[in-house]
Order: sequence, then C-alpha cells, then structure tokens
Amino acid sequence: MAALQKVACVEIGEIPIALSTHDEGFLDLLRQRYDRFLSSSPSEFELEFDLTSSGPVSDDDVRVRRDGDDWLIERGDFHARWDPRSGRGSVRQNANPYSLDSVLRILHSLILAQRGGFLLHAASAICDGRAYLFSGVSGAGKTTMTRLAPPDITLLTDEISYLRPNAEGYSAFGTPFAGELARSGENCAARVSALFFLEQGPENHVDELSSAEAVRRLMRNILFFAEDQGLVEKLLATACDFVARVPIRRLTFYPDTRVWDEVRNFADNFADNLQEVPEHA
Amino acid sequence: MPETCIYIARSSTIAARALAGEMMVMNSADSTFFTLNEVATTIFQAADGRTPLRDIVRDQVCEQFDVDPEQAQADAEQFVAELSGHGILLVSSQPLAPETPR
Repeated sequence: MAALQKVACVEIGEIPIALSTHDEGFLDLLRQRYDRFLSSSPSEFELEFDLTSSGPVSDDDVRVRRDGDDWLIERGDFHARWDPRSGRGSVRQNANPYSLDSVLRILHSLILAQRGGFLLHAASAICDGRAYLFSGVSGAGKTTMTRLAPPDITLLTDEISYLRPNAEGYSAFGTPFAGELARSGENCAARVSALFFLEQGPENHVDELSSAEAVRRLMRNILFFAEDQGLVEKLLATACDFVARVPIRRLTFYPDTRVWDEVRNFADNFADNLQEVPEHA
Repeated sequence: MPETCIYIARSSTIAARALAGEMMVMNSADSTFFTLNEVATTIFQAADGRTPLRDIVRDQVCEQFDVDPEQAQADAEQFVAELSGHGILLVSSQPLAPETPR
C-alpha cells in the first residue's frame, strides 16, 4: 500500500500552494522553512515532491520551457513538471531547501506573469503603512537598507519582492525568500509607494529616471526564466504598466540610518505633490 | 551597378512596447532588452518585410525628421545591422513574409 501523502499548504502573495510528500523529514523542513507562510486556505495549486538522494545545489542555469501544455522546469538538482490548466505538478529533487526555494520561486513567477504580477530582485519593507522597494545589482545595498531600517519598519524581504496589481496600483507581499539577512519576511502586504534603484555614494539623494530607463532597470531585475514568447510579451506590458503607476527613482545613499529619512521625505513630498495636481490633469 | 535592395522584418521572437515616445524591445530568446529612439522606432515599426529600407528612409524617416537623406540611409543601415545581429530584425535582399510578434 502506498504511504499516505503529507501536505503543507504554503501561501505567498495570497496564492496558496499545497506541497505534498511521503517524507516526514521533508515535511518538517517545509513547515520550518515556510513557518510564517503556512496556511489553512484551500489550495489553488498542488505540487507533489518525489525526493532523490541528497546532493548539492546545482550551479547550472535553470531551464523553463513548454512541453505541450505543461511547463518543464529543470536544473541539475531538480526536475519539475507543472500543468497550468489543472494547477497540479510534480517535482523530483533532493531534500535541499535551496532547491525547494528555487522551484517555488519559478512556479510563482509563472503564475504571477499570467496575473500581471512579478517577482523582483529587491528588498521591500513597509514604512508608515506604505511599501517601498529597493532594487539593484548584487552589492548595491538591498540587505544594507534592511539592516539600517528603524525598528518600526516591517521587513517583507531582503532579496525577492512579490508584486501584484490591484485597483490602486501594486501591492508588495512578504516572502520567505531570504538573502544575506537569512531571515524570512513578514507575511503581510501593503500598497507600493515607490521603487528605488540603489547606488551607494557619499551622500543621500533621490533622482528621477526616464520611463525608458526605469523599464530597462526593472526588466533587468525581474525574476523570469520561461522561454515563452507570450509570457515575455505579457511581462513587458506589466513592466510598462508598473512604471506608469509607481514612482521609480534612483536612490544614491550613504550607508547609515539617515537614508530612511530620505525615504520618508520622498514619500511625504511625493504625496504633497500629487495633491497639488488638479483632478483633470 | 544596380542598387541592392534591403528588406527588413521584425522577428517573431520579440516583444515590443511603446512608452513615453520610446520603443522597448525585448528578445524572448535571450532576454536582451533594447530601447529605440524616435528615428529607430519609425524604422522598426515600418519593418513589414515588404517595404525596401531605402523607401522607409525616404518616405518616413526623411519626411518626419530633419535629417540629411544620405546620412539617414547610412545610419539606418547601421541600425538595421546592429538589431539583426541581436535577432530583433530579419534582413534579406528579397521581400520577407511579415513576422510580427505573435
């Protein structure tokens, strides 16, 4: 008789995915790793894990491609198949948590692309009820920004931001995908007030970016792996929509706590500026 | 010697979007991303595979922008060579079937 499947439902960005396994140890790993994101909501999607013997995380590039209606997601340390019509899939991987994170991130990136959202290589945090995103190349200061954050800031992630459109703009959700900080984000969300592309410098200042430059930087930092013309078109449309609806700036900062004053000032000034715009403009 | 005709068409592997007067172009095959200025956007949008490049330059670029025709032709050829090198445009000496993004 087949062993009973054990299930943990992990809900990130209000998308619950049931992760099932026969392995009690792997289930414990899932529950610990995604502790803040466990959910009792009915799952929208299901992934069944078939574990192989342990091995290192692969340095190979991930490949995400169509096989008929299914998606095939492959790297040296995992092989997954997912049917977007039924919302069900299977993963063959070792019990490494980093492989698990990778599979989940890719699956969410595919689901989000269809829904006008995306995962962004960015730290994000909620300050005064508004979400701010901090993106940039490795070493630009994403983790530094989160380390410098005042105590009243709610960390959503120091590595991978989760963005979905809403009626007013975009919402940023917390994720369990941690970077150097090695700490899961809080499981909450807020409307995005600004995206800052980070650069370190001798003093703090915020500069405008042209729309084209903003889209270029945004596309460079969106996590997207699929070799699929339709999804790439959708993603580019989403990036243009995001740039049209969310203020995007370059934030040059000196790494001390005063940078958060700059963020708060920008938010206050921007809100004031918006109020000055006549309704018909 | 007769002048060689160049025909250009947009590749089917690209996604393109206009924003604030500029054209964003992404090649889905390798995720390379380009932004085109106004002149380049005019050529890109006219790349239907049937209209010779010299006609595009004469009838659209020179009509819409204050440019020297010879210089415009030379710049257009350079631009086309660059984008075809990245798989954004297809180039042929014969008319091409339209290959607009799917």
